[in-house]
Amino acid sequence: MLDILCPFQRFSCMCIRVQKEMASSSSNTYNSPCAACKFLRRKCMPGCIFAPYFPPEEPHKFANVHKIFGASNVTKLLNELLPHQREDAVNSLAYEAEARVRDPVYGCVGAISYLQRQVHRLQKELDAANADLVHYGLSTSTPSNVVDLVFQPQPLQPQQPVYRLPGTSPVMNQQPRGTGGSRGTFLPWNNGNDQQGGNM
Amino acid sequence: MNPKRCAACKYLRRRCPKDCIFSPYFPPSDPDKFACIHRIYGAGNVSKMLQQLPVQTRAEAVESLSFEAKCRVEDPVYGCVGIISLLQTQIQKTQTLLARTQAQIAVAQAKHSQTQISEFM
Repeated sequence: MLDILCPFQRFSCMCIRVQKEMASSSSNTYNSPCAACKFLRRKCMPGCIFAPYFPPEEPHKFANVHKIFGASNVTKLLNELLPHQREDAVNSLAYEAEARVRDPVYGCVGAISYLQRQVHRLQKELDAANADLVHYGLSTSTPSNVVDLVFQPQPLQPQQPVYRLPGTSPVMNQQPRGTGGSRGTFLPWNNGNDQQGGNM
Repeated sequence: MNPKRCAACKYLRRRCPKDCIFSPYFPPSDPDKFACIHRIYGAGNVSKMLQQLPVQTRAEAVESLSFEAKCRVEDPVYGCVGIISLLQTQIQKTQTLLARTQAQIAVAQAKHSQTQISEFM
């Protein structure tokens, strides 16, 4: 099972940004086509929309994105975004495409389901720990800060229906807003053994 | 026009054959589902993906594709990866709080034991 980092941790490395800038300029200066144009067997023109984000050193990145989304759909998506948004958009598309290639049935949703269960489990543990803490606070001379010690988690605003696999209960509601650049943990990939339903 | 065309064939303005790969998963009562998936993935790509899957897994695949497509339409930059990022952050925060609370329990337990010993004495 491979660990997959959230793409914004994977691609935030400055050296990778520098590589991209060099690849973008080198595509024009040295006529080295970007991975997309290489894959599509076409001339990589100056101002190629793919060149900044699909360096020739990462052919699999575009191959996956093209397989799942298609080059023309990606072009349309990128054209609808501002230039400063495109890198993150490409990275998230590449992440989703890779997830879908690895797990053709559930794709990224497998990871979401796994993480939702983790959050639910941790929240239950935290609730139990808080209950224990209150118990100790009440059974001994109550420290003045015992109330402060009890964490009352703020529930997330339910704005988007949670993804619910058949046979599971919805854990939380989420608004699908990217936070970008979060300190993501290593993400164990979709495991067919410990998840409910079908492949999961 | 065949009134029993699936949502996909209706959207693509074509005849819906008996063995249409989309029809079990895109009923005409839910046109937005296919419209969203087509916008992000394209009908050809979805058809290819479904053809490569065993029949019994296709319904799940369509639901997950539909969810990801909706996320991407609502958040064109991050799509459902935004949710993953949010969940990872939530997990980290909860883990930190849990560790802190467990440390506080340990302190409270120690105080409790001390109190009991001093009462005994």
